[in-house]
Amino acid sequence: MKPPPFRYIAARSVEEALGALHEAGGEAKLLAGGQSLMPMLNFRLLRPAVLVDINRIPGLSGATEDADCVRIGALTRHTDLQNAPAIRARFPIVADALSHVAHLAVRNRGTAGGSLSHADPAAELPMLACLLDARIRTQRAAAANTRDAAAFFLGPLATAMEPDEMLVGIDLPLLPERHGWGFAEHARRHGDFALAAVAVILSAENGSMRNVRVAAMGVGDTPLRLPSAERVLEGAPFAPESLAAAADAVRGALAPMSDLHASADYRRHLAGVLAVRALRAAWERAAA
Amino acid sequence: MSEHRTIRLRVNGRAYERSVESRLLLSDFLRDALGLTGTHVGCEHGVCGACTVLVDGRSVRSCLMLAVQAEGAEVETVEGLGSPDRLSPLQEAFRAHHALQCGFCTPGILMTCVDLLRNRRPASDDEIRHALSGNLCRCTGYDHIVRAVRAALDAARDTPG
Repeated sequence: MKPPPFRYIAARSVEEALGALHEAGGEAKLLAGGQSLMPMLNFRLLRPAVLVDINRIPGLSGATEDADCVRIGALTRHTDLQNAPAIRARFPIVADALSHVAHLAVRNRGTAGGSLSHADPAAELPMLACLLDARIRTQRAAAANTRDAAAFFLGPLATAMEPDEMLVGIDLPLLPERHGWGFAEHARRHGDFALAAVAVILSAENGSMRNVRVAAMGVGDTPLRLPSAERVLEGAPFAPESLAAAADAVRGALAPMSDLHASADYRRHLAGVLAVRALRAAWERAAA
Repeated sequence: MSEHRTIRLRVNGRAYERSVESRLLLSDFLRDALGLTGTHVGCEHGVCGACTVLVDGRSVRSCLMLAVQAEGAEVETVEGLGSPDRLSPLQEAFRAHHALQCGFCTPGILMTCVDLLRNRRPASDDEIRHALSGNLCRCTGYDHIVRAVRAALDAARDTPG
């Protein structure tokens, strides 16, 4: 339950961190908030030769509103993201969903970039990145790269980033002024990894749902957008039949895993229930 | 193979300088290098909350932080709250409301509550329970702990400043 030995480097700049990653040739790990990496080291599930601590790199924290997006620095702690005025004003769904992330002391350390890089399929921020069409900014040697969230998550704990690539920021494109959001999650205990969660964004136009986006987590290898459910809902009246059809579409799109905590069938059923809850919440906010 | 580094930090207001192995956890540093054994070690993977301390004013799991990462930091542990003769108001509330039994989880719960009382000011018992959800207690159940936190919160509110 103690980390194996490693060489520790406290990087002072992105360039220094990238240099150390490159030099280690795949044998290094970046240490941000450490709330997933440190347990893996303590369990010795990982034995990196080099640990590159990026916590002292200036300029990687904070969430600020730009012309067409909110820019989030990779090192922004969950607690600070929850409280950031730009997030509260533009993406209250992010603040709401983050309250489901583990516990206070974990949110005080855990970072936005760390959560996305870790790519746990049952984590809130990766799902929100998919829902919100986030652009994920990375740096590798001298080259900056931007990927859409849809192309970023490849599998459980796997992303499109190269071993010597570093996530530096997340841009959330601004949503239309009038939209509603809904986030519904179920976990055995608050703060545990979710059995499933569903998030929804939509607009209300003359009693119908428009610009509908649906995402789910905990029910696949990666966080998922559910285009089949989005198609069923787009332009549909907000009515019990539409919600039932959406729940069916969500269930039909998923092939979740069974594990100790829930069977695949239960997770599939639950995702439909959560989708209806998230849709109702989103509609109420959109129509308000 | 074992790489050492010298770190300087403050713990409960006192300055320390020590050479530590890079892989040493902050929890083990506090207990073994500084002899501050009030910080308890339970699960060592961030689940139980027994090792919770404050780093630069925020509650963190000291088993999920390396000692070398605390270079330059201000750390607060349960030893900084009060002494057996002079309990802090929060500790006094825990005693008055029977909020501990075996005491293993108590240092971590107290430090979580310090963060809560200083930085968050919860309005409802629900918020207190939410904050305590990251600290496992297997003796008392949480009712007495919530009562103690509520009492400490009310007392702090009645004495402004």
